[in-house]
Amino acid sequence: MASVCFYFQVHQPYRLRRYSVFDADPNYFDEYANAELCRKVARRCYLPTNRLMLDLLRRHPEFAVSYSITGVALEQFEHWAPEVVDSFRALVDTGRVELLAETFYHSLAFLYSRDEFREQVLSHSARMQETFGVRPRIFRNTELIYNNDLARFIEDLGFTGVVAEGADHILGYRSPAFVYRPAGTKNLSLLLKHYRLSDDIAFRFSDRNWPEWPLKAETFAHWVDQVNGNGYVVNLFMDYETFGEHQWEDSGIFDFMYHLPGFVLKGGKNDFRTPSQALEAHEPEAELDIPHMISWADMERDLSAWLGNAMQSNALHELYRLEEAVKAAGNPQLLHDWRLLQTSDHFYYMCTKWFADGDVHKYFNPYESPYDSYINFMNVLDNVRARLKG
Amino acid sequence: MRILMLGWEFPPFISGGLGTACFGLTKALGHLGTDVLFILPRGGADQTLHRVHVLSAAEAPDQPASPYWTVEGLEHVRLIPVDSVLGPYQTEQEYAEERVRETQARQVAGKAAGGSAPSAGGAKPASLGVTSGPGLYAGDLFGEVHRYARLVAEVARRHDFDVIHAHDWMTFPAGLSVSALTGKPLVVHVHSTEFDRSGTAVNQRVYDVERAGMHGARQVICVSRLTRGIVTGRYGVPEGKCRVIYNAITVNGEPIPSSVERIETGDKIVLFLGRITMQKGPEYFLAAARKVLDVMDNVKFVMAGSGDMVRRMIELAAAMGIGHRVTFTGFLRGDDLDRVFRMADLYVMPSVSEPFGLAPLEALQRDVPVLISKQSGVSEVLTHALKVDFWDIHEMANKIVAVLRHPPLQKTLREHGAFEVRKFAWIDAARALMGVYSEVLGNGA
Repeated sequence: MASVCFYFQVHQPYRLRRYSVFDADPNYFDEYANAELCRKVARRCYLPTNRLMLDLLRRHPEFAVSYSITGVALEQFEHWAPEVVDSFRALVDTGRVELLAETFYHSLAFLYSRDEFREQVLSHSARMQETFGVRPRIFRNTELIYNNDLARFIEDLGFTGVVAEGADHILGYRSPAFVYRPAGTKNLSLLLKHYRLSDDIAFRFSDRNWPEWPLKAETFAHWVDQVNGNGYVVNLFMDYETFGEHQWEDSGIFDFMYHLPGFVLKGGKNDFRTPSQALEAHEPEAELDIPHMISWADMERDLSAWLGNAMQSNALHELYRLEEAVKAAGNPQLLHDWRLLQTSDHFYYMCTKWFADGDVHKYFNPYESPYDSYINFMNVLDNVRARLKG
Repeated sequence: MRILMLGWEFPPFISGGLGTACFGLTKALGHLGTDVLFILPRGGADQTLHRVHVLSAAEAPDQPASPYWTVEGLEHVRLIPVDSVLGPYQTEQEYAEERVRETQARQVAGKAAGGSAPSAGGAKPASLGVTSGPGLYAGDLFGEVHRYARLVAEVARRHDFDVIHAHDWMTFPAGLSVSALTGKPLVVHVHSTEFDRSGTAVNQRVYDVERAGMHGARQVICVSRLTRGIVTGRYGVPEGKCRVIYNAITVNGEPIPSSVERIETGDKIVLFLGRITMQKGPEYFLAAARKVLDVMDNVKFVMAGSGDMVRRMIELAAAMGIGHRVTFTGFLRGDDLDRVFRMADLYVMPSVSEPFGLAPLEALQRDVPVLISKQSGVSEVLTHALKVDFWDIHEMANKIVAVLRHPPLQKTLREHGAFEVRKFAWIDAARALMGVYSEVLGNGA
């Protein structure tokens, strides 16, 4: 029996407006662009996909999925597309949709400040409880950034499981289809992304040069079945925007998803589980020692997408240097603004890897160049600093 | 394959991008084994003597009537001087002034030589037989362009070649006439157009010469997509006849002192380097400087270059009240140029219209980050540079301040830029050129 364990990432950053060194007002965010993008993605992805998932849950009692919804995304939905929040609530209310925990601001706080990290994790869990009535038990860190330290820290916060990337060069001969125990933890379980099968859907689905194109749900269900014998859980982790946004509707992605549960469940050999259900069903097979930071980004699966050049490390360093002063200032708006600046996307835009070739980084980047995004960010940070003095 | 190249300037005296490009391409073509007959207006040739051997007729027995020069290290290149005062960046007015200077100099030389033979400039290479041609000067710049064409045609009769390659408008009539005389295909290379040089105040006669050259040529090489857009849009040349071949920089050869220590001054230095003319956008540089000085005070703006707008810019800086923060150095070369690059924190090229723009690549090669206008050809291919619309002085100032304030930005631009700049190699441009030559010769691509 192989279990498909879906986890979808739901995130939208608060994009900054163009902020020059001559600007002095404390309005940093591009309200118009954020509202537009939020509504656009809601229309193309969140609403239709949630409708589809609800339908699947009704038609297949064995179907189950999980989501991680960032606090910044949730706040934007509440502002500009409240029907998206309602549709997620309807999913959670089925009892077969699990919500994962993460940092409220989709931040890199774990790398810079454990205090700030803890506060953001707790505020995110509290918000999930408040909005959806459930408290997350499994943790996923921003961009699946993970190492042994993170696992230990998360265990101390009371979580029962954590998810991470399962790329070959991290796992070696080991299969991502087992449950592992992170080195140095007592009761925590680790689920690893099955990157090949996940990427077949998230990246390759509409690639006409891919030999498997067009991918049929039946074929994919067959690949899932082949995991039997070398594992029992197929962790398909991906951005939720895969549906309708990264893979457009005319690629047949909705159709694929509509038919997938039927084929997976056919014959009763395989099923679907949420991360919590997977951990309940399976004890860890072995300990997994990951001392170095890994992530799910790019080929490198490391931190270089956010910390690969001097601008990125400088921007992050300068930002977190303000933590004490911002928290001492006792100004909730200032604290919120400072935290919104922590969203990892701001630093991703500054990435110079592959910039000259133009690729996936460019697609998601509202700036003309990584340099422009750094300049913009530092101008905003200057203003935060000025407010601290003022 | 043998190319008749109607070019400009040769080292060590190269005063601008056109000369650099002609030399870079010629040298790289030579490396690829292509023979180049490089026709050089004497105005530039005077300066090259010390690296050039003059071959006597006896040393070149195959073509007894046609002396030429060779240059050390460039076995495939023959340099043929032509007695013309044409300069690559002249306007009609500058030409007239040059002519007055020349005439006076000759009168002086004539008196010194005892009042005889005013046309022979002593030991100057001008005395190399073939180049004296019909008449010494032909009235205005256009007359000279056509006189040059006749001289080139005469040279061309004595040599064998397969393709004629002409660089910018002043050589187009010569290219056309040689092509008509010999039946060899003409390729014209557009480094800049009248629209780049004069904005909308276009000189109709120059335009007509350019247009005739482009339409008479088998292929038109443009130094950027920007230039191709002008060539197709303003001159009506079919797009299929245009090829974009970007310029490059010399990595080996003329050694550039890299990894030299920076010269630290108390002030941050922002550098404008180039001719101070309308097309280079000097007034936008000053307007941005003023804005920068609103928020920073330890900044100096250096304007290095000469041109017809220097006076106006000095006055403008004074009128803006930033005269004490702007330094005009005049035209720099050699050690002075090295020094100014070693002092600079940022190089700014605010050009209104820049067909390509080699200077930013040279700055990057010397470890100086660059801010360039989006209205430049080089911005199409250079990624690790800051870019701005030339008219957006607000954003220009914003970016200047950022570079001066944030060392990591400077560092990242510098590191990536110095790496990226290595991909601009003349040898690649020369290979692309070979493709064009083969095409016009009907050898297929």
